Amino acid sequence: MLRGKQSWWFEKRPVIIGEATVVGPDEGEGPLAADFDLVHPELDMQQKSWEKAERLLLEQASEFAIQNARIERDQLQFYIGGDLMNQIISNSFAARSLGIPYLGVFGACSTSMESLALAALLVNSGAGSHVLAGTCSHNCTAEKQFRYPTEYGSQKPPTAQYTVTGAGAAIVADRGEGAVVECATIGKIVDLGIKDPFNMGAAMAPAAVDTIQAHFNDTGRSPRDYDLIVTGDLAGVGHPIAEKLLLQNGVPMNDTVFNDCGLMVYDVEKQKVQAGGSGCGCSAVVTYGHLLKRIKKSELNRILVVATGALLSPLSFQQGESIPCIAHAVAIARKG
Amino acid sequence: MATKRKRGHNYKKMSMSPKEYQSFAKTMEPPRSIFANCIKAFVFGGAICVVGQAISELYVHLMGMTQEAASNPTVATLILISVILTSLGVYDKIAQWAGAGSAVPVTGFANSMCSAALEHRSEGLVLGVGGNMFKLAGSVIVYGTVAAFFVGIAHLILGTGGQ
Repeated sequence: MLRGKQSWWFEKRPVIIGEATVVGPDEGEGPLAADFDLVHPELDMQQKSWEKAERLLLEQASEFAIQNARIERDQLQFYIGGDLMNQIISNSFAARSLGIPYLGVFGACSTSMESLALAALLVNSGAGSHVLAGTCSHNCTAEKQFRYPTEYGSQKPPTAQYTVTGAGAAIVADRGEGAVVECATIGKIVDLGIKDPFNMGAAMAPAAVDTIQAHFNDTGRSPRDYDLIVTGDLAGVGHPIAEKLLLQNGVPMNDTVFNDCGLMVYDVEKQKVQAGGSGCGCSAVVTYGHLLKRIKKSELNRILVVATGALLSPLSFQQGESIPCIAHAVAIARKG
Repeated sequence: MATKRKRGHNYKKMSMSPKEYQSFAKTMEPPRSIFANCIKAFVFGGAICVVGQAISELYVHLMGMTQEAASNPTVATLILISVILTSLGVYDKIAQWAGAGSAVPVTGFANSMCSAALEHRSEGLVLGVGGNMFKLAGSVIVYGTVAAFFVGIAHLILGTGGQ
């Protein structure tokens, strides 16, 4: 199962038998709108607080994933998830409604692939036959916790990113129809001293580079083995940096299509999202909503999703600390 | 279970030092249009002042107030307008365009308090609204008072204070 230094190879080929995504209004106006299971027209989703709205997104995504997988809820043995809120409350409260044995994880915006990798690991090791992985973020809860009140008039620099309002959930099983989780590479913390919380793309780019290279070193694969490699939320500033660094290090990224979920989820030119999307929901809704559909339609054979996370807290950056970053990569392929 | 096979490639690690990376990353940032932002701030901040002047004139000419007496209700009216725009979710969108133009005038101060009060309403009236209302405005008050204190001392020493 362990391959190389930091990668897991899933010999039993766990399958994503069902997945679902629920998003907010801005994502519903983006280019991937048709791929989401549900688009909420309002940011508050008729809830009394932003936090409740974020929780609702995840609960709905989990419910839809169970429906899409055509299984009963009590067939699920474990739920693995995390989010950006302090003490990952969105997931804990959603897990309360789900009533499934729960493992909470935190990897900031890399949580989507962290939870998927762990779910695949559980299934591959025989620790479970049906494991749910999920994550969510909400633009307003993230603004409130990490930046300023949502209605506060502050001018954001062009390097800032726009937190995706959305949740994605996927059910990994030992058998069934769907895309296969082939392998995963767990990243290590990379921190090159960027301190600006309004430039998280640049902070996270080296972590993505480190994990992508480790993935190729460990698995013996190269970029041409993938039809698409996507980073989680490096967006307009971080993504070109990652590409430049990879090319500099001799990784032939030109052999594949290299994109970023933060650039795909919005129309960056038309929507006012500064450098692009970010947040736990960003890579989750793009992967589970858009990319898995393209795999099902045979438009893609094999992809590598490298979810990136900036592991800062409002406290740490106010105390002048730099931003520790991480990236986790999961390879997903068409069954066959 | 572990397989430690020697494989095809061994990509080298990042060779940049944190300092080198930070200056490289700086070159990849989109330019911030400081000049355009200054013009926008000037135009919008100026426009708020023009509106304020117009309101003041209304109080003087329609309600027969003196210029001095009109200043307090003028500020209150601007605050009211700002709070309404904040509550309607418009002020933050204006601010993305106007920058300092909407932050510096009294309307920006009102926005900082109103937005914090709205945001923390879900945590209750006392600990939520009451405890967080001055989250952003608090530092303006603290440093405004401290600055006024030192200016007052300077006036006292130089003997330039007004009567």
